[in-house]
Amino acid sequence: MEKMARVTTALGGNALTGRTMFCHLDAPANAISVCRDAAQVVVAGRNIFKIYSIEEDQFVEKLNLRVGRKPSLNFSCADVVWHQMDENLLATAATNGVVVTWNLGKPSRNKQDQLFTEHKRTVNKVCFHPTEVYMLLSGSQDGYMKCFDLRKKDSVSTFSGQSESVRDVQFSIRDYFTFAATFENGNVQLWDIRRPDRYERMFTAHNGPVFCCDWHPEDRGWLATGGRDKMVKVWDMNTTRAKEIYCVQTIASVARVKWRPECKHHIATCSMMVDHNIYVWDVRRPFIPSAMFEEHKDVTTGIVWRHLHDPYFLLSGSKDSTLYQHIFKDASQPIDRANPEGLCYSLYGDLAFAAKESLISSDSNRKPYIGDRRHPIFFKRKLDPTEQFEYISSSSALSVFETDVESGSMDWFVHTAKQYALAGRPLAELCDHNAKVAKGLDRNQVAQTWTMLRIIYSSLGTVSSTNLNHSMGKGSAALPLMNSFNLKDIPSGLGSESRLDRSKGESRTENILMDSSSTLINNEDNEETEGSDVPADYLLGDVEADEDDLYMMDHENPHAEEQEYSLPQEAFPLRHEIVDNPSALDHLQDKADSPHVSGNEAETVSLTPVESFSLISISHSLYENRLPSDFFNPIVRDTLLFYAEQGDVQTAVSVLIVLGDRIRKEIDEQTQEHWYTSYIDLLQRFQLWNISNEVIKLSTCRAINCLNQASTTLHVNCSNCKRPMSNRGWICDRCRQCASMCAVCHHVVKGLFVWCQGCSHGGHLQHIMKWLETSSHCPAGCGHLCEYT
Amino acid sequence: MEEREGEVRWDGLCSRDAASRAAALDNIGQTVLRRSETIAPLAAVPLNRAADGLLVPAARDGLSEVLARLLMLSKRCPFPDVREKSEAILSRVQELGIRIPRPLGHGPSRFIPEKETIQVGNEDAMMHALFADSFTTLGRLDNVTLVMVFHPQYLESFLKTQHYLLQMDGPLPLHYRHYIGIMAAARHQCSYLVNLHVNDFLHVGGDPKWLNGLENAPQKLQNLGELNKMLAHRPWLITKEHIEQLLKTEENSWSLAELIHAVVLLTHYHSLASFTFGCGISPEIDCEGGHTFRPPSVSNYCICDITNGYHGVDEIHTSPTGSIPSTESVCEVEALMEKMKQLQECRDEEEASQEEMATRFEREKRESMFVCSSEDEESAPTRDVSRHFEDTSYGYKDFSRHGMHVPTFRVQDYSWEDHGYSLVNRLYPDVGQLLDEKFHIAYNLTYNTMAMHKDVDTSMLRRAIWNYIHCMFGIRYDDYDYGEINQLLDRSFKVYIKTVVCTPEKTTKRMYDSFWRQFEHSEKVHVNLLLVEARMQAELLYALRAITRYMT
Repeated sequence: MEKMARVTTALGGNALTGRTMFCHLDAPANAISVCRDAAQVVVAGRNIFKIYSIEEDQFVEKLNLRVGRKPSLNFSCADVVWHQMDENLLATAATNGVVVTWNLGKPSRNKQDQLFTEHKRTVNKVCFHPTEVYMLLSGSQDGYMKCFDLRKKDSVSTFSGQSESVRDVQFSIRDYFTFAATFENGNVQLWDIRRPDRYERMFTAHNGPVFCCDWHPEDRGWLATGGRDKMVKVWDMNTTRAKEIYCVQTIASVARVKWRPECKHHIATCSMMVDHNIYVWDVRRPFIPSAMFEEHKDVTTGIVWRHLHDPYFLLSGSKDSTLYQHIFKDASQPIDRANPEGLCYSLYGDLAFAAKESLISSDSNRKPYIGDRRHPIFFKRKLDPTEQFEYISSSSALSVFETDVESGSMDWFVHTAKQYALAGRPLAELCDHNAKVAKGLDRNQVAQTWTMLRIIYSSLGTVSSTNLNHSMGKGSAALPLMNSFNLKDIPSGLGSESRLDRSKGESRTENILMDSSSTLINNEDNEETEGSDVPADYLLGDVEADEDDLYMMDHENPHAEEQEYSLPQEAFPLRHEIVDNPSALDHLQDKADSPHVSGNEAETVSLTPVESFSLISISHSLYENRLPSDFFNPIVRDTLLFYAEQGDVQTAVSVLIVLGDRIRKEIDEQTQEHWYTSYIDLLQRFQLWNISNEVIKLSTCRAINCLNQASTTLHVNCSNCKRPMSNRGWICDRCRQCASMCAVCHHVVKGLFVWCQGCSHGGHLQHIMKWLETSSHCPAGCGHLCEYT
Repeated sequence: MEEREGEVRWDGLCSRDAASRAAALDNIGQTVLRRSETIAPLAAVPLNRAADGLLVPAARDGLSEVLARLLMLSKRCPFPDVREKSEAILSRVQELGIRIPRPLGHGPSRFIPEKETIQVGNEDAMMHALFADSFTTLGRLDNVTLVMVFHPQYLESFLKTQHYLLQMDGPLPLHYRHYIGIMAAARHQCSYLVNLHVNDFLHVGGDPKWLNGLENAPQKLQNLGELNKMLAHRPWLITKEHIEQLLKTEENSWSLAELIHAVVLLTHYHSLASFTFGCGISPEIDCEGGHTFRPPSVSNYCICDITNGYHGVDEIHTSPTGSIPSTESVCEVEALMEKMKQLQECRDEEEASQEEMATRFEREKRESMFVCSSEDEESAPTRDVSRHFEDTSYGYKDFSRHGMHVPTFRVQDYSWEDHGYSLVNRLYPDVGQLLDEKFHIAYNLTYNTMAMHKDVDTSMLRRAIWNYIHCMFGIRYDDYDYGEINQLLDRSFKVYIKTVVCTPEKTTKRMYDSFWRQFEHSEKVHVNLLLVEARMQAELLYALRAITRYMT
């Protein structure tokens, strides 16, 4: 018992001993307090007011202070406090607004001493002066604090907080004259007991009521506060402005806080609702409690350290009608159950690994593998020498593993994302463009895919339509859409034989298509099994002319292709159409936790389409007697699944968008959504905001589509009065001024407002852009050299 | 173009952008006129007949609903352009020889003369902002809003909360929310709220079958019926077993978050029903009973006015600020103020014993039981609201008269600020905050005026009202002297409070007029706000306490 020995010395031979124990009370407790010698505890509640002595291994009821036949509301206590100077003196705060003092030295059964009925509402807190015997302070729901001299019948002074109900009052331990009061509206006030007219200092500590506060027993300027906003905050009051130095976020509103004796940074808390445990926090480690007592079955209403200088014994009373003594060595330590390692991938494939230092150093003799460029960074917290004991070894090591520059580079992803064209042009053009992009980045397989897609979906349409009209000749006069088509991109699978066949004449087109499709299938199979890049150096001699024909538009028959045209997308459309979609958000929430696409999931895709989408019916009718491009859909679907499974969700999504309705119904919604979310996530990690937004806009999934409809509100503050503007973004209701004027044209900006972050002048986007072409100074004439990104 | 019902699209009107509103209105105008034209030829000589007032009834293919809605817009839209244009459309329809509707009743409230209320178009900037908010989010400016706007500060918080409860993120699907609103309003046979929410329910895609009665709704909602019933009439009987039943039935069980959402909605609509009856809210213009196609008859008032004792002539007498107040009622205000002053002063001297205090609470509780309206007029249920609730016999039973002994609820043990708030905010984030603000504003709202007197501290009076309501629900404040209630609230006032809070459907204009005769209408609305919020908090406290007990 090394610890005990130390305690013994600390307390000068007056060692506390005991074990975790409890006793049943008859009624729920509201507050508890201990006697100075740590041998007795008083428990008070609505229907209970008793004194227990703390024995070696049990509580023994010493005295019941609730006497008399008729229970009076004066006995219904909200708070109780035992004087730390005089062991016969107690004070209680009654729910009916009475402050009562009790003298245990009285010979009669009724120990009630004095009655102060000055408060109009419930008294929430009473507090004795730490060094002055006769001074008692109370704080009430009526917003007043009163200081009583126990030798007089009435209060000596009344302090008006001017701001709602008082929840807690505490005399400072350092300053004889100072006390702190906390309020229901979130304020904390510091008062000088000699000056009842005005508080010394006030600051807003919490959002919502501040239920409790506690002065640090040693570090004299520190005040801990706990509030309904589930926070415990530690304030340094030594400076002129109260400074928040620590903040602990708990899981429920904080009912009581008590600094742990002899431990500078430890504080015990219990909560008002829902959570029944008592936590002891190290305020420097706000994320995980250093100890936890889980005995109570209902909310804990009162906690107190048994002795002023002993950190191992904690007493608590609860609504479950029990009184507990907790021993620190029986506390559960959540830190033991926490995962001591952390692992995270960076965007560029680097891997960070954090663990306890001991774990890292133990296997330091292992051989570093090739390519492992390890940069160990060590974070070590210096141990506080004044800390008597350290529960948590708080040193850990962080290592970062970098990947090879070549293999891990994600440049291709960024380039591809930026250069791909996804909409706004006919399908064939899009495919060709994208194929070229892929080619340029040495991604031959992807390039092949794009080319094939063009052939499957685009050429079919044109061929059939031209055939139907027997207008090959006429068609050739038309402008070829793809002048720059690169023959090199023709996939190997399309043998020269079929090409040649096709050039022979229209009559056999059907068979040819059959052929080409079968070869296509083979080709795709090859790709999928081997995953190899097919060399794309085919040159097909004399089919060039026909190739061009294949991609011609027939002016008389524009149905099939016309669907593809849409107005060019502006990079930054001012306003997109808001689709009223009330269910969208709910929908989104449901799906939000679904995992991103992974290899396994791609396999579970069902083949049946979830919904039937309306296809472009016009183009459909044209193919009636031909092989519909739908024929290839299963293959294309498999291709996309293959890519997604490989981790290249970019290709999958791009193809999905480009093909649109042609392929959409083949892949079930869930999978599509996974792809979209994964791709958008990746894009956003690379900060490709515009592209990700474009993808969101182009997506056909409802869940994705509504992503950029959520939280579209932008809150603006008025530039004059600095307060939020509620109605319109450009005029302030309060100061009745137009807040955002264009510095160039001096008109109100109602749309896009761009401003310099340095001098906060700005104006219409167009105007500022124009201005900056000629001058780099601020148009407002403030002399600032404006910087825009 | 075919006449499809969906063709008239109203969505565009809810825009803040004048141009898009104008476009939407033009569109509506064209559609309506086109449809009117198809009807007009049926009456071959419409124009001459029009003079005789024998216009073609428009009651075919929903045109009348459209016209009613246009009428509503012409009267109640906060945007002047919309008002003018819809009026223009209506008059053109009339020129075509089709009978157009006209509003029934007198303004948003049957109790308050129309000229006393805020007229749409005359509101100040803050009110206009609130109106515009309400209109753009709901697509209408309802009568409740028009009455509450006496107290814009409160209205803002009220609308924010209601918007959050009905339209923002929450555990329950939208149509459930409106259906729960219907269930709650139906408990008090409040056809006004039921009508409003039936429309909304259908608008968000609710199944019309559910509206045939609770037994047609999913089992899950049926399970809620019991809680609804108890919350509305005897919240003190709710125990954790009731909560357990809702949460534990395997198939149709509620989650805790859903339950909190439902409870907040139920209490919100119970208390809103109190407000609706307490202020005598008239039916919406575009709802049933809010307009008529009949031409104005010889006698200038209609039946519903008579039943409410609402005559043009009477108006002068009942008007609280009328020119001929009886001397007796002048004294009323002074007497009340005098009493308040006395209580303020002698509070420190007079010391009632603890026993005395306890008995005072009991007495007030008991007395509140004898306070009941002598006039047991049957209110005429306009729509068959009764479909929506079962067990009509279940009503408010006085807390103390109740057979078994129910322990008094002590606020010091379970208060909204300390306990209720935390629980709600934990399970339904942000709502705790919104409700907290709303309670706070309602409780602390004051203009320091009483009737014609200025600079009066009314906190004592407000607290008395608030605590009296809680007292009727068996909620006790340890630190309150219930003797004050007897001093401050006279009998007619108590009758009004009790009726509005416990059996709102029985409220009559006479009750409204007979209490506080010297006070302004805005002050009576203020009283109603207190009633609404105090009732809501009382119900919430009981429900939340049961949930807390279930959780521990």
